Amino acid sequence: MTTTDSSTKATMATTSQISVRAAQSDYREIPAEPDPVLQCEDVDVYYGSFQAVRNVSLAFGHNEITALIGPSGCGKSTILRSLNRMNDLVEGARVTGSVRYWGQDMYGAGVDPIEVRRRIGMVFQKPNPFPKSIYDNIAYGPRVTGMKVDSMDDHVEQALTRAALWDEVKDKLKQSAYGLSGGQQQRLCIARTIAVEPDVILMDEPCASLDPIATMRIETLMTELRDLYTIVIVTHNMQQAARVADRTAFFTAAVDETTGDRTGELVEFDRTAKIFENPADQRTEDYITGRFG
Amino acid sequence: MRLLLRLAAWLSILITVGIVISLLSPALQFFAEVSVVEFLTGTRWAPQFADPTFGVLPLVTATAWTTAIALAVAVPFGLGAAVYLAEYARPRARKILKPILELLAGVPTVVFGFFALSFVAPTVLREWLSVEVGTFSILAAGLVMGVMIIPTVASLSEDAMSAVPSALRQGSAALGANRMQTSLRVVFPAALSGIVAAVVLGISRAIGETMIVAIAAGARPQMVTDPTMEGATMTGFIARMALGDARVGSLEYNTLFAVGLLLFVLTLVVNAISIQLVRRFRQEY
Repeated sequence: MTTTDSSTKATMATTSQISVRAAQSDYREIPAEPDPVLQCEDVDVYYGSFQAVRNVSLAFGHNEITALIGPSGCGKSTILRSLNRMNDLVEGARVTGSVRYWGQDMYGAGVDPIEVRRRIGMVFQKPNPFPKSIYDNIAYGPRVTGMKVDSMDDHVEQALTRAALWDEVKDKLKQSAYGLSGGQQQRLCIARTIAVEPDVILMDEPCASLDPIATMRIETLMTELRDLYTIVIVTHNMQQAARVADRTAFFTAAVDETTGDRTGELVEFDRTAKIFENPADQRTEDYITGRFG
Repeated sequence: MRLLLRLAAWLSILITVGIVISLLSPALQFFAEVSVVEFLTGTRWAPQFADPTFGVLPLVTATAWTTAIALAVAVPFGLGAAVYLAEYARPRARKILKPILELLAGVPTVVFGFFALSFVAPTVLREWLSVEVGTFSILAAGLVMGVMIIPTVASLSEDAMSAVPSALRQGSAALGANRMQTSLRVVFPAALSGIVAAVVLGISRAIGETMIVAIAAGARPQMVTDPTMEGATMTGFIARMALGDARVGSLEYNTLFAVGLLLFVLTLVVNAISIQLVRRFRQEY
């Protein structure tokens, strides 16, 4: 793919400077208010009697990248997992408030969480390819969801191409995915997600276990995929949020004086440039300038 | 201390070698008088008759039938139980069920044998299912043997499936797979080497199981073509012969070792085949 080369150069040029990215966001027009694909209203998440997140209202804009940032234990991953009902798999997890997907209540009666997850894919912190061939990793999703595809070979190729992995693996599709490097495995996981044709991709610290070059490739990929998918990314890395995200939500943890429980809450949500250059809340400023967290 | 540990390790190897040697020498004496071909292809087993014949196939067919029937019971039920315990059961249910299952593995086989003889054959098979079986039958022995092996297959397979990282289950769920698809298409293949090992252990136990067949399968060595027949398995024959009055060093005494050696070789072959199978189908995580 020729686009891969040029955009890789583009990312190389931006390196990791926040200010450079701020300049970049000037020429990408971001509307003041997101056109929401996903919308949380007054969301609380509990694990048993423990409240992990309190009162979160957020809107995730169509074909935008939204970053969730904040210190450990601030509930950003918890919120991410409530966006495709992955929390259902955790014993005792409970979500209250409303999460809407194209206006429809995702937690409403009669909504099949499996259908939700097919439309809202997820990429995890540590690459988790299946112990199968590269080809079967991609074909797995379409097969289990009963997707009608004209040619699985073409479908696999398309998914791998979109995830910028095709050129590297086209000669070894039948080999185990475990022979790939960490960064390639993570792009395989992205390709696997793309293969079921979701319209939202959730990424939970997708670069946390990758080296800087692999990280850069994933970031480039995210900006390429933005035109096709709505992306939500949780990251510990503020530079990463600044580089790729159109909007950023900053979370923090409130500590209960008596129990010591940490409950996450949303502090501020705005366009990325605004969050990093002129945050409205003192806590956001303290965090991004490194005075806290 | 280190010497003691080393001794312990070597002792187990030495004992195994010792067993093989002690099997080998009487077996070789046996094969000096009876040709290997006659032994392996003969269809009449009558070592104690005035006109003795030493065709081992009747014993082999009986063993093959009981083992096959046992596996037909133990593999589906054992794997079903394992999938349930590893993928569906809530932690609390698992905590209660698994020890009970493992307790079943500790029931003495003589109890199972008696169960086959006094309940499965007359009540379950004849009365409930109207299957025409005699007091002794390959079918009753095989079925109960299968029940005996279920915990082995289930417990080891469950261990193998539980060891599969939950990140793989989450990855599968995030693609829109349901729990059954995740269990059968991701977890099961990933745990396959452990599951095959569990089944092979089950096969080995079935081939080597003695008490149940000695009690419930009968004693008449005949070519088994139908599981409702009675028959003597290799182990059943050895148990009965060893209790009998064969003179040490006589040809009929040596048949014990010839059959024992065959049993040993069979188990070895099953293990070797399974190792190859695991190598071919392994999906490592």
